[in-house]
Parts: sequence; structure tokens; C-alpha cells
Amino acid sequence: MEISGRPWTIMDTADDVATALMDLSAGTVVDDPDWQLHITLRMDIPFGHKFAIRAIPKGGRVHKYGQVMGSAISDIEPGDHVHVHNVESLRGRGDLVGYKSPTGAVQEEETPQ
Amino acid sequence: MNFLGYPRADGRIGVRNHVLILPVSYEMNQVADRIARTVPGAVTFRNQHGLDQSGEDLAQTLRVYKGFASHPNVYGVVLLGWGHEPFDLMEIADAAVIAGKPVELITLEQVGGMRQAIERGQHSAKLFLTDRDQSPQESVPLSNILLGTECGGSDACSGISANPALGVVSDKVVAAGGTSILSETTELIGAEHLLAQRAVTPEIGAQILYIVRRIEESSMRMGVDLRGAQPAPGNIAGGITTIEEKSLGCIHKAGHSPIVEVIEYAQRPTKSGLVIMDTPGHDIEQLTGMVAGGSQIVIFTTGRGTPTGSPIVPVIKVSTNSFTYERMRDNIDFNAGTIVDRVETVAQAGERLFQQMLDVLNGQRTQAEKLGHREFGIYRIGQSF
Repeated sequence: MEISGRPWTIMDTADDVATALMDLSAGTVVDDPDWQLHITLRMDIPFGHKFAIRAIPKGGRVHKYGQVMGSAISDIEPGDHVHVHNVESLRGRGDLVGYKSPTGAVQEEETPQ
Repeated sequence: MNFLGYPRADGRIGVRNHVLILPVSYEMNQVADRIARTVPGAVTFRNQHGLDQSGEDLAQTLRVYKGFASHPNVYGVVLLGWGHEPFDLMEIADAAVIAGKPVELITLEQVGGMRQAIERGQHSAKLFLTDRDQSPQESVPLSNILLGTECGGSDACSGISANPALGVVSDKVVAAGGTSILSETTELIGAEHLLAQRAVTPEIGAQILYIVRRIEESSMRMGVDLRGAQPAPGNIAGGITTIEEKSLGCIHKAGHSPIVEVIEYAQRPTKSGLVIMDTPGHDIEQLTGMVAGGSQIVIFTTGRGTPTGSPIVPVIKVSTNSFTYERMRDNIDFNAGTIVDRVETVAQAGERLFQQMLDVLNGQRTQAEKLGHREFGIYRIGQSF
């Protein structure tokens, strides 16, 4: 990460999210010419948390570090807080019957209640 | 690039010169504690394990004890057993002897009780402490270093600041001919494809994918959603959303070097360079595994200020953000939050951390050492019966 002076950071060109480097309030205008970004935060974003820099449809993959970090469980708008309420993990999901991980691990049995 | 170390008979180099009181089962904790309390300078830890293990699980436990008894940071060992262990105590004593260390093996059964065991242990520990002061120190190259890398209490800054800075240090150690360990297999889930691409052979790449699949399958066999524990509540509060995100940030601490070997828990690397040890994400079990594998120094990045350390290895704590550094000053050695504050680049912070590592190798005490941290825990892969 280079020193940019902006209170957020984007790790990779493929990313759908930026990380807040300080507490940012709803209504803050995120203006970043380097990333051709001009959005308004729709919610408060605590330090270290993420906000969407582009729209992600429900079921869409969410990218950070240029890689898939999960899947959207609801439609996400630019400026939304992106966290456990709207993104879920795709890995280690022993709770999902028939779940198959990218490395080939499969959950076949019915999950006992 | 050199540092001042203690050459050992097995060719390894210590960066500390401890007299270790090693209780091989929980029955001996009280004896170990009494000896360490009454002999200033001796170190010990509380052991939760030692009996009721079998098969591979027992083999792993023994590997940890042998790794501690023969560790280069240890000058001499007082080995404490009950006399009813499911393994041969001589095996552990021999590991220390082969590494050139003075060893006193004491079993309760043989000496006839607690009081005698404590007295014998005190006597030997004092003797070892007197002798250790004669240990010569030598200036040796950095290629002798086995660096353990660890992250705990991660927050969303871990992958932006402290882990990339540690990655710079890891790459520099590897470039100097040393070895660096990346572990925490659970926290490779979602990033394993990137590591497999960095393996020096397709077989090592396949091993990386295998150990990640193995840990993912074991969570699935229990029918659990890994999200209950990974990311942990502290991680989520810090802004980490999924295990994939945590892992993608975690692997930055291993820099960009090629991966030359994959080893089991508490095993010693056979190659120099960046290696992966298969450990859980549990901070202390991971730390214990890397120390047993021969790491003489550990650098531990933390978003939340994890207050832990090892009885025999200096652990440098690196905060990922300046808030944690200010709030947990007693526990933190280095602030990488400067990267987030935009006053330093990753390369600058990495260079500063590297210099601090050299200072610690040369004897500067870490906060965890000053506070007397001595956590110990073995990764159990079997059930207690």
C-alpha cells in the first residue's frame, strides 16, 4: 500500500470493497480519482470495516485482495457497509448438505440436529 | 548479516540460554512450578497433557516434548515425569543429550515423592544455571534462523499493515539463507490456491491443497459451520467478514518467497526457505508447534493485542493498528499501524521490524518475556479415552 493520504484503501483492481482506515460517517463522500470512484457512504463504516465501491447483486461473488472472499446474501449498493449481515463464507460449510469446497471436500451426510 | 547466538552441539544456534523445567504430564505441574519459583532464572510452563493419548496423537505429543527438550534456546533440561507415562521418558532425555544438553530426569516414583522431586530439581536447576553462564556466544549468520510467523486476534488491518510488514521480514530471512514457517492451516482456507502456485514442485503444491482440504473436511465431519469459530468474534468486530477474507490477509505474513516444503505439526523443517507447517489456527497450539519444530524466534501480528508468549522463545508482538498499540502498550513491541496511519510504507515498516528482530536475536527482551508469558498447548488430533 502506498501512502495516499485517503482514509480508505483498496487492495486490488478487481476488488468490490474498500477498507475504512478511520471511522467514516454515513454521508461521507468517497472521492478517489485514482480508482475513478465517486460514491456517498450510505451507512456509518467503523474503522477497519468495508464498504462496497460497486453494486453487488444477491448471490454475486465479493472480491477483496483481488480474490473471492464470499458471496452476497442480499443486493449490495455502492456505499453500503459490507459485513456478516450481507456476505457469507463459501468455505468450511459443514452446515450445508452437498456443499463442495473448491479443493474437493464434500459434505454428504445430513447434518444432525 | 550476523547476530550473537549460542552455538549448540547439534549445529543449531540458540538466541536464548534457558534452563527449562519440563513437566511431561499434568501430574508434574506442581513440582515444576515449585522448582521454577524457588530457582530464579529457571523457566517452566503448565502442561494440560501428557497421559491418555494414543497412536498418532501420542506420537505428536512426544514430538513436542522432544522438540522442547532439544531446543536450541535451551541450555539444560530438568525433565519431570510421574513414572507411568505411556511412553519412554528416556526417548525425550536422549533427544536433549544428542543436542548436547545437560539433562536431569526425575520421576516421582523413582525419587519417592514430591518433596524429593522438588529438592532434586532445585539442585540440578541451580547447577545448570551456574554452568550456563560459561556458554560462549558467537557472531553467526542469519541463515541459522528459523523464524515462526503467526497472526492472532486479526482485524481487517492485519492483511493491510502488520502481515505485509512481517512478509518483508520473512522474505529477508529467506533471502539470507534462513527459514520461515507459515502455519495456521485453517487460516489458509480460501487462499490455498495462491500458495499452491508458489510451491517449488507440483507435489508440494498438492500437499498444500491436501492439508487445507483435510482441516476443512474435519470441520465438515462434525457437521459444523466453520463460521462459528472462524472468523472469531474478535475478528468480526475488527471488520473481518469471512474465513476467506481472513486467510487472504493471513498469507501476506509469508511474503512472496517460493514454498519449499510442507511439514507436519511440531516437525523440524529439512530445507531452508519458506515452509508450511500444518497447525490449527489456535494461537498457543500453533506457537507450541512452531517452537517444537525449532523456531528460535516468533513474530506475532495482532489486531486485538493478544497477550501470549512462549516459555523458551522470544515472541515479538506487532499491532496492526495504532489504537491497539496505544491500548495494549504493555503487550506490544512494534506498531505497524503506522502503515494504516499513512506515515510509513509497508517496505519501511518491514525494514524497521527486521531491525527490531535483529535486536531481539541479539538479546533485547520482548514485552512477552518481560511480562513472564509462558503459554503452552499441544494440538490434539486424537481423543482422550
